[in-house]
Amino acid sequence: MDNKTGRVVGVNGNMVTVRFEGAISKNEVGYISVDNTRLKGEVIKIRGQFADMQIFEMTNKIAVGDSVTFTSEMLSVELGPGLLTQVYDGLQNPLPDLAEKCGFFLQRGVYLDPIPNRDWDFTPVAVQGQKVRPGDTLGTVPEGVFTHRIMVPFSFADTDWTVKSIVPAGTYNVRSKVAVLTDPRGNEKECTMVFSWPVKRPIKLYKERLRPDEPLVTKIRIIDTFLPIAKGGTYCIPGPFGAGKTVLQHMTSKNADVDIVIIAACGERAGEVVETLKEFPELIDPKTGRTLMERTIIICNTSSMPVAARESSVYTAVTMGEYYRQMGLNVLLLADSTSRWAQAMREMSGRLEEIPGEEAFPAYLESVIAAFYERAGKVRLNDGTVASVTIGGTVSPAGGNFEEPVTQATLKVVGAFHGLSRERSDARKYPAIHPLDSWSKYSGIIDQKKVDRARSILFRGNEVSQMMKVVGEEGTSVEDYTIYQKGELLDAAYLQQNSFDPVDAAVLPERQSHVFDLLYRVLTTEYNLEDKRAVRGFFNQLRQKFLDWNGVRTDDPRYASFEEEINALVDSKAVNKGGR
Amino acid sequence: MQKVYTKIESIIGNVITVRAEGVRYQDLAMVGNSYANVIKLDGDLVSLQVYAGAQGVSTDDPVRFLGEPMRVSYSENLLGRVFSGSGRPMDGGPVLDENMIEIGGPSVNPARRIVPRNMIRTGIPMIDVFNTLVESQKLPIFSVSGEPYNQLLARIAMQAEVDLIVLGGMGLKYDDYLFFRDTLEQSGAMGRTIMFIHTASDPTVECTLVPDMALAVAERFALDGRKVLVLLTDMTNFADAQKELAITMDQVPSNRGYPGDLYSQLASRYEKAVDFEGAGSLTILGVTTMPGDDVTHPVPDNTGYITEGQYYLKNGRIEPFGSLSRLKQNVNKDTRDDHRQLMDGMIKLYAAYKDSLEKKSMGFNMNDWDNKLLKYGALFETKLMDLSVNIPLEDALDLGWEILAECFEPNETGLKTSLIEERWPRRTEG
Repeated sequence: MDNKTGRVVGVNGNMVTVRFEGAISKNEVGYISVDNTRLKGEVIKIRGQFADMQIFEMTNKIAVGDSVTFTSEMLSVELGPGLLTQVYDGLQNPLPDLAEKCGFFLQRGVYLDPIPNRDWDFTPVAVQGQKVRPGDTLGTVPEGVFTHRIMVPFSFADTDWTVKSIVPAGTYNVRSKVAVLTDPRGNEKECTMVFSWPVKRPIKLYKERLRPDEPLVTKIRIIDTFLPIAKGGTYCIPGPFGAGKTVLQHMTSKNADVDIVIIAACGERAGEVVETLKEFPELIDPKTGRTLMERTIIICNTSSMPVAARESSVYTAVTMGEYYRQMGLNVLLLADSTSRWAQAMREMSGRLEEIPGEEAFPAYLESVIAAFYERAGKVRLNDGTVASVTIGGTVSPAGGNFEEPVTQATLKVVGAFHGLSRERSDARKYPAIHPLDSWSKYSGIIDQKKVDRARSILFRGNEVSQMMKVVGEEGTSVEDYTIYQKGELLDAAYLQQNSFDPVDAAVLPERQSHVFDLLYRVLTTEYNLEDKRAVRGFFNQLRQKFLDWNGVRTDDPRYASFEEEINALVDSKAVNKGGR
Repeated sequence: MQKVYTKIESIIGNVITVRAEGVRYQDLAMVGNSYANVIKLDGDLVSLQVYAGAQGVSTDDPVRFLGEPMRVSYSENLLGRVFSGSGRPMDGGPVLDENMIEIGGPSVNPARRIVPRNMIRTGIPMIDVFNTLVESQKLPIFSVSGEPYNQLLARIAMQAEVDLIVLGGMGLKYDDYLFFRDTLEQSGAMGRTIMFIHTASDPTVECTLVPDMALAVAERFALDGRKVLVLLTDMTNFADAQKELAITMDQVPSNRGYPGDLYSQLASRYEKAVDFEGAGSLTILGVTTMPGDDVTHPVPDNTGYITEGQYYLKNGRIEPFGSLSRLKQNVNKDTRDDHRQLMDGMIKLYAAYKDSLEKKSMGFNMNDWDNKLLKYGALFETKLMDLSVNIPLEDALDLGWEILAECFEPNETGLKTSLIEERWPRRTEG
């Protein structure tokens, strides 16, 4: 590799202009030498002999004439065993290691090895003489409960490589040689357990993309039943501040039925990451019996950390997601918040003096957001296994107004929309997802016809409640009032969930469908109730029973008795006894 | 490395450009008698923003580069002193120049943060009982011009159980500055206070420096084991100053003229709030006035996404609705066993009171229950919500029970029976 160098000629915020010698490429990484440290940056624009670089660190003390070295490599992440349980910044710097080295503060220009330097028990899968292609498995190591595939580096030329040698089963360091491959021309290349991949290039080593048709269970009733998400799908959660976006993401990261969760805390509060950091190592994942941390990677570029690294952090996260997908696993990426990522783009675009679009966001905002969400997907890998990356992003619209560019650009490309509403969160209704404004294109765990019917009751109930605001309770008929109460019951007993209650906080799909069936019966039955007072009393009773029922474990004897009581209550007032 | 240049190329707003070499980004310079710092390098063309403003700067004024970034003195001598945004003494005291530290330093590694765990007692029931302030929290007071937000800040400053108060005033009216100074002096809290004050008549650039100066000093005291409370008033003026500078620099505005990086600018200040494990802590209480009482205005809106809750100050009271301390759950479980339930119960009843009040104002008949609620609401507002009330948390909780007992039967409160048996006030006389 030739040493391509340059000199700084201008500094404007986190953008540095460099005059360079030789050939450089767009998105190439370069380092600026300042005060015995090297500051990482990425080339984002080239004009003649001048390159504009966005610097991933604070730019103070950079002077005109400072030397720059280019690496010929695009911004990349290292992939290999040991990624799980790690906490990285947006450039894959391991934060706990950095804390050990630098103390309380994030010192700039310190870049540590992202993959922990340790030994793994390697079991070869490929044999000598075998033909392999990039992404094919050479061997495996056990990483926690997962079988981590050591693969032919994705960056190798897409051709038939021959395994010239491979080490026998045993314990090897993560960076030691495990195999030697030769290409058709006889060139040799060594493989370790680690290789790197440019973050902005999707990994596409699979046979075909499949339709995301399998529900991804979150154990949150309003999502699983009414607004489902799918493995390999995409969804977004826009909402004003204080509506509970982060809490919802946090609950999802705990309970989602996937193999691996990657949390990209992008430009949000550091305190929220700390909660996850302290809590996850203590929580046990019922599926594996290990701590939640063992299935989690955290990419954390909080709001006070340099802006350019915020932009790369979502890409870092999705690249790791795609890497684990190549092992046949289901990955969920939670990005909080994509608005901060878009703002980082806006800042950079402003410094580049590009012609601004709406609210000064760059004109390419929509295509960049679309390209990011398109990296989600359910795929059939070359060995036939089906795996997925699901992306869920929060959006923080200015003023809570969904008409702004980031929300609108996101809505165009996602498969489900969970809009949080200020009214619901003010009324302490958790989760504050608006049941009528939100939508999902995926199919859930419950028969769609029934869900539609329940939704229509909710819709009608809402209409009646709007009407009642004008004409008062007096001017509403008993029939309408009953529909209103049915809608309220559905909301209180099913759509809302008490996240502090150990039972109600996470509800398995079997239980959801069981409870929904009974609720469905309640909603579709006609009742013999003389006046509105009787209606209100009747539904208050039902609501109390449902709420109590929600707090009881399925193996508790009271679980069945509550069900009986509800059925009996319905029978006592139903027009057509037992009618469905 | 002190070089002097005497050829100023351009003067636009508070920004001057000069041709110079070997200058580093963010370095400090002297232009005439004022400090200035480098905000852009373009070849040998250096743009500087002049702290004291560019009025009267002449094209042949000497520009002397100091070869170091903006710094502030850090020592015990700061206590009781008042400085301007650029660190000049405003109280007639001596200039401090020992032990200079850089401002706007790096942010804390999230991996070294800890979960906040200590309550800060203020003696204000609406804060202590209903939205507890927690050490290392960042919390703004959302208010509108004319509300007594500075009085509230001064009261918290005097009463809060902290070791040190750093007050950053931005765009303050001179009267308000005098108010703060006099109030703190009279209460004897001045000895543990440091002030960085930018008044409305001071140059705009100094306004943008105030939070950085205040936070840099506060951070060092926190690292040295002090419990520091930083008061920033008013952050809307800070944002407006940022806007003014951005426009001068020909930056493309994003929303209502504010620069696209407003969120990052605010966040890098608020995120300084931290609890250092094994050392002190830094808590930020700010004031954000909402132009036109509009919470969707870019400044309160961006602030809300950054901070850990907010207090709404309206009609001279902290509103229970909308006000939120996101960290209160961390501490209100350990104060007194009835704290959480009483808090929830009283707020629900207060919400019901608001409904009854609306019904009443629309001319509907009041029933027994409505009348009880109306009585409760009036008591709640005078005995707990009024800003003049100044009682410790425990007394406030007792008072809460008394108010409930005066208005309701135990079973009407929606509180757990076991709790009522334990805490319901017994009527001793009659």
